[in-house]
Amino acid sequence: MPYIDPTLMAPTPLQAIWFLLIGVLLLGYFILDGFDLGSGGLYPFLAKDEQEKAFVRRSIGPLWDGNEVWLLTGGGALFAAFAPAYATAFSGFYLAIMLVLFGLIARAAAIEFRSLGDGLNKLWDAAFFLGSALPALLFGVAVGNVIEGVPLDAHGDYAGLPLIGLLRPFPLVCGVISLSQILLQGASWQALKAPVGSALHQRSVALRTPLLIVVAVAFVLATALYFGLLGDPHSAQGAGLPLLFRAVFAVVFVAGVVAALLFQRKGDDLWSFLAANIAPVALIGISATTLFPYLIPSLGPGPSITVASAGGTELALTCMTIIAAVGVPLVLVYHVIIYRTFRGRLSVEDLS
Amino acid sequence: MELLTDVAFLSRFQFALTVIFHFLFVPLSIGLGLFVALAETRYYKTRKAEDKAATRFWARIFTTTFVIGVATGITMEFSFGTNWANYSRFVGDIFGAPLAAEALLAFFLESVFLGVVLFAREKISPKLYLVSTWLVWFGSALSALWILIANSWMQTPAGYDVLPDGSKAVITDFFGAALNPSTVPRYLHTVDALLILGSFCVIAVGAYYLLRRRTPEQIAYGKRFIKTGLITGIVTVVLMLPFAHMQATQVAEQQPAKLAAMEGQWEDGPVGFALAGVVDEKTKSSTLLELPFPGFTSFLATGDSSTAYPGLNTVEKGPVDLTSYKGVAVDSYPGGIPPVNVTFQAYHIMVILFGAMVLWLILAGVLLRKSRDESRPAPKALAYLLVFGPLIPFLAIQAGWVVTEVGRQPWVVYGLLKTNDAISMSVSAPEILITIALFIVFYVVLFVAWVRIVLGMIKTGPVLETAEAAAAGATATKANADRKGGE
Repeated sequence: MPYIDPTLMAPTPLQAIWFLLIGVLLLGYFILDGFDLGSGGLYPFLAKDEQEKAFVRRSIGPLWDGNEVWLLTGGGALFAAFAPAYATAFSGFYLAIMLVLFGLIARAAAIEFRSLGDGLNKLWDAAFFLGSALPALLFGVAVGNVIEGVPLDAHGDYAGLPLIGLLRPFPLVCGVISLSQILLQGASWQALKAPVGSALHQRSVALRTPLLIVVAVAFVLATALYFGLLGDPHSAQGAGLPLLFRAVFAVVFVAGVVAALLFQRKGDDLWSFLAANIAPVALIGISATTLFPYLIPSLGPGPSITVASAGGTELALTCMTIIAAVGVPLVLVYHVIIYRTFRGRLSVEDLS
Repeated sequence: MELLTDVAFLSRFQFALTVIFHFLFVPLSIGLGLFVALAETRYYKTRKAEDKAATRFWARIFTTTFVIGVATGITMEFSFGTNWANYSRFVGDIFGAPLAAEALLAFFLESVFLGVVLFAREKISPKLYLVSTWLVWFGSALSALWILIANSWMQTPAGYDVLPDGSKAVITDFFGAALNPSTVPRYLHTVDALLILGSFCVIAVGAYYLLRRRTPEQIAYGKRFIKTGLITGIVTVVLMLPFAHMQATQVAEQQPAKLAAMEGQWEDGPVGFALAGVVDEKTKSSTLLELPFPGFTSFLATGDSSTAYPGLNTVEKGPVDLTSYKGVAVDSYPGGIPPVNVTFQAYHIMVILFGAMVLWLILAGVLLRKSRDESRPAPKALAYLLVFGPLIPFLAIQAGWVVTEVGRQPWVVYGLLKTNDAISMSVSAPEILITIALFIVFYVVLFVAWVRIVLGMIKTGPVLETAEAAAAGATATKANADRKGGE
């Protein structure tokens, strides 16, 4: 089905830059919060006793909060630069977004409260697991829905069924990709941080390759669904970027999978972790180059939301660019400080 | 029952519920953050074990509180998109930037360095650790600035144009919008209030230790905390006078409907100052117990007790030409009044509670004097009053925000967009009912867990280095043994 867009204007350079920057912020979130969400999603499977559980929590303890700020920054930037897209996506996907939110609230409380010994260990363990796995799945479902396009009314509001209308085959497979990829990042992180030779380390190492295979298979399936079932609607539209862009990122994806597989076989935990983070670059890249110049393609009856139609004014985007020019270098410095401070494998002393 | 199908009402109810809950924890974390940094500064100078323990104690309470502030803060950012989609479309060009700036410029700073404070005591130099504690607090105060810029713009919009079709406001002057007329007064008034709260909490913990008298160390901590809290409390309470004055003057100049509601004034004329009263919105009348100084509010705002302000009857029907009121700085108001009695009561509760805070600081001074002789127990009633003291600034802060937000109604952006027009059209009443129920369940669990954990931390008190060192020694020995076993 073609997307409805009677007035596909060309975006201004600043609007295009902000489309790119939001992609970069979401990529930062995917990579950085990915390993701590993934650690939570694997928590019941990796950590069997109190000490192992403490290791998993401690491995993300000083880092998860800063990582989550990438999501808040991405959300804020989307609000500032493309408010209509923010409004439509968040209100249209209401229950799904709320499930993500409740997940994030639950895991935040779980990570901080679990080690304080308040007698609710089982509750916090469950909250940490569900609150990590559920958002990891729903992020992919949301992106899949945006790529496939959703029904929008004349006012630009979502016109489909709440929640159930979002559970379509292609978005669900995208959910499997995001979940398995984030779990892969989690397993790779645990393999990097757990003491060598510990059962925790062995379990993490053992899970890496199966998860990588799930990611690769789900990616092939999503590609098949996109071209086979949906018929590459973005190319059919004639407005999008050439297929070449997506092809380049697909090559990056394959290279990432191969590299991760090789390093995993070699047993190199650091490089396995780094290689596991190539796929997010490729996935965000493919999503962005598929979407552009749309933000939320409409299946009708109302028009699509595009980078040009939703973009903020030049002055607003200029102010945002200045804020980003000041803020992003500082943020990078903070990250260098904190990741250097907490580098290296954990030992039992770190748990006290 | 009609309300249960009213999306606008349910959206407002959910926002009120989640923002009030969020703002139980944010004030406490910003208020206490200062004391973490102060405690560490002291330790940096003395290098005494008990000062190190005090930093650790406050940092743990701070973190437990901060994390709930963070988690419930995501709700607030998301809610603009989820429940207030029309609002987001209308204000996105202006309102989005401060939210993004908050995350980028303040929140990263706070989150990253909190990680350092919590986990890196032994990994970095004492100086960098000290700097980290201050950066956490600085980050939290900076984050308050961006959020209050966004809120202030909704109260006193500036630096914008509305598109000819009325569909949205666009920015024309960044600094005009960011430093709109209410930003600075609101920031000073709010942050000072949070520091008063922090001071009262520190005093309360101190009073609790004087009450329990478990160990000589606890008594010493008790006296020290009361002393610290008393000093910061006096400074911040005194500073509140000019700050509150600035904020009230700004309301009088910019938001005449809010001012009239705050004093329950129906007719035009000079505004007095009531100590208490009741507003009857059906008969449009107020029964007030006023200070025997007519036009006192007018006097406070302009220095002239005869300055006339428009009454509720005037501003209710719009549009109103305000050029003839010399105390009002805006030229016109499109009409509409807030729920008057709620605004009136919240305002007067806040003012009375301020009086109570002054009294409580005096009580804290008395307790400190009476406990100079450590062999004698502190007067119980006095200590109990101080233990429950934080409830006063807590309630005052909530009441103040009720004045600000309810007093702005029926507008979500003052004079530009009505709250009822700001909702999400694609979200149905049953969906919001589901999320309201979930919020109540989640937030009750969070609240109970937080209370239990923080009370537990206070009961245990600061743990001294000697015990810590012994425990650390034991684990280190065990770790070495483990490592040898593993090899």
